[in-house]
Amino acid sequence: MSQHVLSLLVEDRPGLLTRVAGLFARRGFNIESLAVGATEIEGLSRITVVVGVEDAPLEQVTKQLNKLINVIKVVELEPDQAVQRDHMLIKVRTDASTRGQVLEAVTLFRARVIDVVSDALIIEVTGDSAKCAAFIKVLEPFGIKEMVQSGVLAMGRGSKSITEKVLK
Amino acid sequence: MSNEVLTGAQSIIRSLEMLGIEHVFGLPGGAILPTYDPLMESKKIRHILVRHEQGAGHAAEGYASASGKLGVCIATSGPGATNLVTAIADAYLDSVPLLAITGQVGSHLIGTDAFQEADIVGITMPITKHSFLVSRAEDIPETLAAAVLIATTGRPGPVLVDITKDAQQGKAPFVWPPKVELPGYKPVTKPHGKQISAAAHMILESKKPVLYVGGGVVRSGARAELAKLAEITGAPVVTTLMARGAFPDSNPQNLGMPGMHGTVPAVTALQKADLLITLGARFDDRVTGDAKSFAPFAKVIHVDIDPAEIGKIRFADVPIVGDAKEVITELNSELKTALEGSKPDIKDWWQFLNGLVERYPLGYVPANDGKLSPQHVIQRIGELSGPEAVYAAGVGQHQMWSAQFIKYERPNAWLNSGGAGTMGYSVPAAMGAKVAQPDRLVWSIDGDGCFQMTNQELATCAINNIPIKVAIINNSSLGMVRQWQTLFYNERYSNTDLHTGTDALMIPDFVKLAEAYGCLGIRVEKEEEIDAAIKLAIETNDRPVVIDFIVSRDAMVWPMVAAGVSNDEVKYARDAAPVWDGEE
Repeated sequence: MSQHVLSLLVEDRPGLLTRVAGLFARRGFNIESLAVGATEIEGLSRITVVVGVEDAPLEQVTKQLNKLINVIKVVELEPDQAVQRDHMLIKVRTDASTRGQVLEAVTLFRARVIDVVSDALIIEVTGDSAKCAAFIKVLEPFGIKEMVQSGVLAMGRGSKSITEKVLK
Repeated sequence: MSNEVLTGAQSIIRSLEMLGIEHVFGLPGGAILPTYDPLMESKKIRHILVRHEQGAGHAAEGYASASGKLGVCIATSGPGATNLVTAIADAYLDSVPLLAITGQVGSHLIGTDAFQEADIVGITMPITKHSFLVSRAEDIPETLAAAVLIATTGRPGPVLVDITKDAQQGKAPFVWPPKVELPGYKPVTKPHGKQISAAAHMILESKKPVLYVGGGVVRSGARAELAKLAEITGAPVVTTLMARGAFPDSNPQNLGMPGMHGTVPAVTALQKADLLITLGARFDDRVTGDAKSFAPFAKVIHVDIDPAEIGKIRFADVPIVGDAKEVITELNSELKTALEGSKPDIKDWWQFLNGLVERYPLGYVPANDGKLSPQHVIQRIGELSGPEAVYAAGVGQHQMWSAQFIKYERPNAWLNSGGAGTMGYSVPAAMGAKVAQPDRLVWSIDGDGCFQMTNQELATCAINNIPIKVAIINNSSLGMVRQWQTLFYNERYSNTDLHTGTDALMIPDFVKLAEAYGCLGIRVEKEEEIDAAIKLAIETNDRPVVIDFIVSRDAMVWPMVAAGVSNDEVKYARDAAPVWDGEE
């Protein structure tokens, strides 16, 4: 199954997320990751959704999403023309003997420690999915106690903006 | 514009008036009560009080489908709203412009499981084109205007507006026209010129074209344009269940209905075609049968106002997004220029098709159990009532026979529940059609099963002087299900006997029931009584009429393509496949 990153520009209306999620459920499309948030324009939100589909149905996904009245624009962000970032918080077990090694990994991956107690650290890491996966692998031997992850955020490269033609 | 301060309820009524709404079907209850008060004083809106909200929904659908105008229904919160759900789903699948207004509990009570609370916006999300929850009086005019715009433009469909009780009771200045902003809604009606040229080119290349005409042509009002296209191309036309009447049955180019119970010529034309000129049709499984083996030799031009329909089921070689009327108009002018008065040469194709038309006309075997042949009854209703009448069918055998044996000459004469297959559609839809077009003769052709689902609206018809004619094609059973049991379940008739026949328990007695509802009830058991009964029904206009036609339960709908198999397997009658292999 191939993965596609869709970026949706939507009106910030009650129930909007239900409409989008419901559409995926009803049409049998797969959501692999979802991130929702405000944009630079008041009243508009941006949804980044990673959808797992074969090529033909992706066109259906896009068309069906476009039919939702509150969806203003749907753009597929091709990997080579967009930047993608995951954001994760990881709580790792540490003690005096392992803390040094964990901190070394943090530096190597350009992650950050955001909470410290005597037997654990909370680490924040940002990057594409491959980097995050590699970082988790490095931390695993120390004992990952807890992990939380945002959906993928993505944005097209270059100076163009998804909201450009929408502004009246 | 003066900004008169109105209550939300007054604002609803005033907005509907400003939007040109003349008729609404509904039933009041607690959460919509504020709105019913100013409704009483409206001089422009006639409210028809139904007996069940589903009736209001289907009546609004029938109103819309017969007239091409928006249909409006109103219900209260909770069960009132959920009773509309079937009609909303029906309108969604058949692209009927429908506005459903529901009362909602006060906004401070939402989410508390309050009395008669149901999340109707949530419930109807997958079956509406759009929906709104309004909780402030000042938002009412804008929301209703947006709802009507969405329901009636682009691909039409149902829109639900759920309005809380406090929004109805609140006050706000009434501003008209309101500012409607829908940045995400821009239906494309005008086709792309390049696509038109590509389509015209493909049509001129084709040796075996078929105009595959769907309900979109009816909704778009493209009857005249289609007639012109058929004339220019000389191509055969098939009209789907939703498009019966979009092209006159009297025109020899019309091969009839394709699909599961389509004519052999229509089904075969699609299977053998080298080009489908698809106009406002959506390759429904009841048309295609097994989609993989559907029209295997055909390239496809697909015209639809909904981009999502194009390529959904079948790849389109030439996709054209646009309104059928605009697309066909442009296609006609392109073709006319290219043809310079000549006609595409498709003589061989017509020779083949004419052979099929001759050998496999629509027909039926008369009943031999002493009961009426349902096909004959329906044919006579059509012949005696003519093409200006409106025919609203329920769902099942009688629906298929009505699609087959009544000759349609104009769009909007044939109303039925095509996509959803909603039993119970007919009586309220006929009621709605009669309200929209009081001067037309309106028939509800119904089954004994369907009729028992919504016949309470006979009360609405009788009391409000809506003299529809109901023909119950009474075979004392759920006929279509029984047909499948006959064909595919070894004649094991599990739960399909309804006992409504004269030789059964006859519960209920439809004539008595009709009389109880203030209608004229007539029972017809003999062939020689059929015409007289139909004529009496046509002449009786001081009350609704119900005719109980006692028909044979063994009559079956033919031709038939069994579910899920290839259309190449069409059976002309039981165990009789048409012979057309090797004909070319």
